[in-house]
Amino acid sequence: MNEGFLLTALATAVVLVVAGSVIALIVAPRTKNEQKGEPYECGVLTRGGTWMPFRVGYYLFAILFLMFDVETIYLFPWAVVMKGMGMQGLIVVGLFIVILALGLAYAWKKGALEWK
Amino acid sequence: MFDFSVITCWIDNLLRVEWGLPDFWTLAIEFVLVGVALLTAYALIALVLIYAERKICGFFQCRIGPNRVGKWGLLQVVADMIKILTKEIIPIKRSDKFLFLMAPFFVIIGSILTFAALPFGLGLQAIDFNIGVVYILAVSSLGVIGILLAGWSSNNKYSLIGAIRSGAQLVSYELSAGLSLMVAVVLAGTMQLSEIVEAQSDLWFIFKGGIFAFVAFVIYLIAGHAETNRGPFDLAEAESELTAGYHTEYSGITFGFYYVAEYTNLFIVAAIATTMFLGGWMPLHIPGFDAFNAVMDYIPTPIWFFGKCAFCIFMALWVRWSYPRLRIDQLLKLEWKVLMPITLVNLAAVAVAVTM
Repeated sequence: MNEGFLLTALATAVVLVVAGSVIALIVAPRTKNEQKGEPYECGVLTRGGTWMPFRVGYYLFAILFLMFDVETIYLFPWAVVMKGMGMQGLIVVGLFIVILALGLAYAWKKGALEWK
Repeated sequence: MFDFSVITCWIDNLLRVEWGLPDFWTLAIEFVLVGVALLTAYALIALVLIYAERKICGFFQCRIGPNRVGKWGLLQVVADMIKILTKEIIPIKRSDKFLFLMAPFFVIIGSILTFAALPFGLGLQAIDFNIGVVYILAVSSLGVIGILLAGWSSNNKYSLIGAIRSGAQLVSYELSAGLSLMVAVVLAGTMQLSEIVEAQSDLWFIFKGGIFAFVAFVIYLIAGHAETNRGPFDLAEAESELTAGYHTEYSGITFGFYYVAEYTNLFIVAAIATTMFLGGWMPLHIPGFDAFNAVMDYIPTPIWFFGKCAFCIFMALWVRWSYPRLRIDQLLKLEWKVLMPITLVNLAAVAVAVTM
C-alpha cells in the first residue's frame, strides 16, 4: 500500500509539472527576437564560455560530505535499537562516534575546512 | 481525538462493498483521490505561505504588504499565479535543453515525495514507511540534483555559480540535519513517523528529552533553514551579486515551480521539526493532569499540527528578515566547525544518558 502511495505521489509531481508547462504553452504569448535567447548578464553579451572551471574548494566539501553521510546511514539502525543494547552497545558505538570525530578533527587539522 | 482513518475506511468500504467494484478499480480510484488531495494541499500551503511571508515581511519593515487585490490583499497570490501562468517561457540559446527541462521535475518531485510522508493528523498520512526518517532524508535531498542541473544547463555564469554554492551548502547542512533527527530516533526507538508521534503521547520530546532534545531541535531548525536556501543562508540566489542564482534563466511557470517548491520546502522543514520534537499532531499532554489532557484532546489534531508548524515557520521568517547574508566561508565554517561538533557531542551524550 505504501509503495502504491509513493508511486501516486511521484505521478502527482510529474502531473503538476507537465500540466503547468502545457497550460503555459497554450496560454502564454510567443514572440521572436534574436537577442532574447542570449544568456542574461545584466544587459551585455556574455564574453567567452559560460561552462567555466570553478573553485576546487567545493569538491573538497562534497568529498567530506560523502564520508560523513555514509557514516550517518550506519548510525541510524543503531539509533533504533539503542535502548535495548545496554553497556556493550554504548561502548561499541562510542568507538564508532570517536572515529567519526577523529575524521573531522583530522580534516580540521589538515586545513580542509578552511576557505582559502 | 478524531481519527481521520474513519473517513478513509468509509470511502474504501463504499467503493468495495456498496458499489461492489473489483480490487483494481477500488485501488485506482483511491490513488487518484489521494493524488488530488496531495496536490490541493500542496498548492494551498504554498499559496498561504507566500501570502504570509509577504505580509509578515511587510510588517517587519513597517510596511502594509500586499493590500490591493481582494480584502487585505488576500487574492494577491492567486493573481500572481495567473500572471505567472500567462508569461512567456523564453528558450535559451546554447543551453542543454534536456537537462534544462528536467530540472524542475527533480525539484518538485523531491518536495512532493517528502510532503506525502508527513503526518498531518491522526490517520492523515499517505506514506508511512517503517524507515520514515531515512526516507524523508533521502527524498528531500533530490532537490539538490534539480538545483545543480538547473545551474549547469542554463548556460549562464550566474546560474553556475549559484548552483555550485547551493550544492556545497545543501550537502553540508544535510549532515547536521540528519544527525540531529537521530536524537529523536534514539528517544523514540523507531523510525516510523506515526510511531514517533505516538511515542510523544505523554510528553513531547522537546520536554521529555531535556537539554539534548532542545539542542537537537535548535540545530535542526538552523540546518533545515539553511537547506531551504533562505534567510541569512540565501547566498545561492544572492540577488545583489547573482541576480537570481540557479533560476536566473527560468521564466514564466518554470520559475513558478522553483518559487512554489521553495515555500513548500519551508513548510516541510517546519513539519519535520514539529513531528520529531514538538509532538506532531499530538495534543499537549502533561503527565498527572488528566482533566487538562482530556480538554486538550478536544482540539482537532490537524489544528495542533499546523499550529506548531506555523510557530516554526514564523521563527524562520523572523530570522530571514533580521540578519544580513553570510559569506560562503562563514557559512561552511558555521556548519563544519560549530554545528557538526555540537551534534556529534550531543548524540554521544544522549546515548550515554539513555543507557545509564
